[in-house]
Amino acid sequence: MIYFDKVSKVYPGDVVALADLSFAIEPGEFVSVVGHSGSGKTTLIKMILAEDVPSMGQVFFESSDIHKLNHKELPKLRRRIGSVFQDFRLLPNKTVYENIAFTMEAAGRTDEEIASDVPHVLELVGLGNKLWSFPRELSGGERQRVAIARAIVNQPDLLIADEPTGNLDPLNANDIIQIFKKINDIGTTVLLATHDKGIIDSLGRRVLTLENGRLIRDNKQGRYVL
Amino acid sequence: MRTIIKRIFKSGFINFWRNGVVSIASILVMTVTLFVIGSLVLAAAFLSASLTEVQSKVDISVSFKVDASLEEIKALQRDLMVLPEVKEVALSTREEELTLFRERHKDNNLLLQSLDEVGNPFGARLNIKAVNPTQYESIATFLTNQDSDSAAIIDQVSFKKDVVDKLLAITNSLRRVGLAVSIVLIITSILVMFNTTSLAIYIAREEISVMRLVGAETSYVRGPFMVEAIISGLIASLVAMLLLYPAVLWVRNATLGVYGGINLLSYYLSNFFYLFLMLLTAGVTLGAVASFLAIRKYMKV
Repeated sequence: MIYFDKVSKVYPGDVVALADLSFAIEPGEFVSVVGHSGSGKTTLIKMILAEDVPSMGQVFFESSDIHKLNHKELPKLRRRIGSVFQDFRLLPNKTVYENIAFTMEAAGRTDEEIASDVPHVLELVGLGNKLWSFPRELSGGERQRVAIARAIVNQPDLLIADEPTGNLDPLNANDIIQIFKKINDIGTTVLLATHDKGIIDSLGRRVLTLENGRLIRDNKQGRYVL
Repeated sequence: MRTIIKRIFKSGFINFWRNGVVSIASILVMTVTLFVIGSLVLAAAFLSASLTEVQSKVDISVSFKVDASLEEIKALQRDLMVLPEVKEVALSTREEELTLFRERHKDNNLLLQSLDEVGNPFGARLNIKAVNPTQYESIATFLTNQDSDSAAIIDQVSFKKDVVDKLLAITNSLRRVGLAVSIVLIITSILVMFNTTSLAIYIAREEISVMRLVGAETSYVRGPFMVEAIISGLIASLVAMLLLYPAVLWVRNATLGVYGGINLLSYYLSNFFYLFLMLLTAGVTLGAVASFLAIRKYMKV
């Protein structure tokens, strides 16, 4: 589903974020990317979302080169990917309901679908009573749940999460991982970037380990080793 | 498609309302821009009407000899009326001239008494107004080149060439300076407005990139911002229009004693709809274009 072909990213000032990275993710996999801060996890995710372009190499989503898509095709690709960002990235002037509705509107869903799906997905992440709150009125953990609800509401083919449990206490973090597992069970491919050892060890799924932008380990039933 | 437009408008209205302070700031700046444009339009109308008024005070005056017959004078009047350059020819008979003189000097008894003794010393007079002040010279030439019949009855053709020339020079340079000042003022205020708009959108740049990352199309991201700017333009044009009223009132009162020119207030009132439509179009177009350009910068994601 995702295929990195010798991808490098060098930022101005010769900062190497990714170096000659090659790997493939199959549909339905649950893959974790681990590594220290600055090892290139976030850059890797940016490459998949076309938020940034590689200095060298290509990134494929199915058969299309993500960075060669035009401005009409790119939004269509992004609607197939649900993303949870480290810094939440909610729309500050929209309520929780509107934040999630916006993603559905962008995907061209009808008003009826929006009215029925938004409360449902918020119920799923345990925020059924916060529909009309603004992001600034929520705690870090609650914002993270809104971000997750937004990422899954369109039933994406791929779910990408960058440190989704970084701001949560262990109990909440476990809840979130359970949600990801459920999503994966219904066939969604999940790519999770984290440095939470406990989560990785409990998952027992494939682990990619990055160090200074290089892929140093790819274990099928990995544990967190650094 | 209808759903998309409905959603864009709805979200534009909501954003406008929730962005309170930013919205008020952009309305204020837009109001200043539109006020400048509006007052320049009014100033141009005022200037041009005043200049026309001054120009209409200029005429060619032909005084006839005392023994010239009224028929001959009327014949010349008819000849003049035919000329395309001539706007109007007013005849003032000998008697009217006398009455006019008496009226003007009614406090001077000595003068009036001596006038009674000499009888009526005044010849009749034709006052000629040209369509355009540049044409006085050709009318004057026409009069002096008359055949002997008419030339015999004309006493004097008074036409202040230097005054007319000076007046023309002044009005032309006033028009040019006015245009230059207007262009500079309009460009400046438009630039300030563009700057404010791009600041407002700079504040929302994170939001724009998030919208892009969740898969919103360019038009769907841009639409609500443009709706916001259009609402600002609408409100600003209304506010500018209302602010022009006291300004017009003040100018009218200040110039009332000086000028018998146009009444700026009635001009403003009678052209209210046209002026409002112009400011509205300017406000909405400027707002839409400014936000369109400002967003483009953050659409790269």
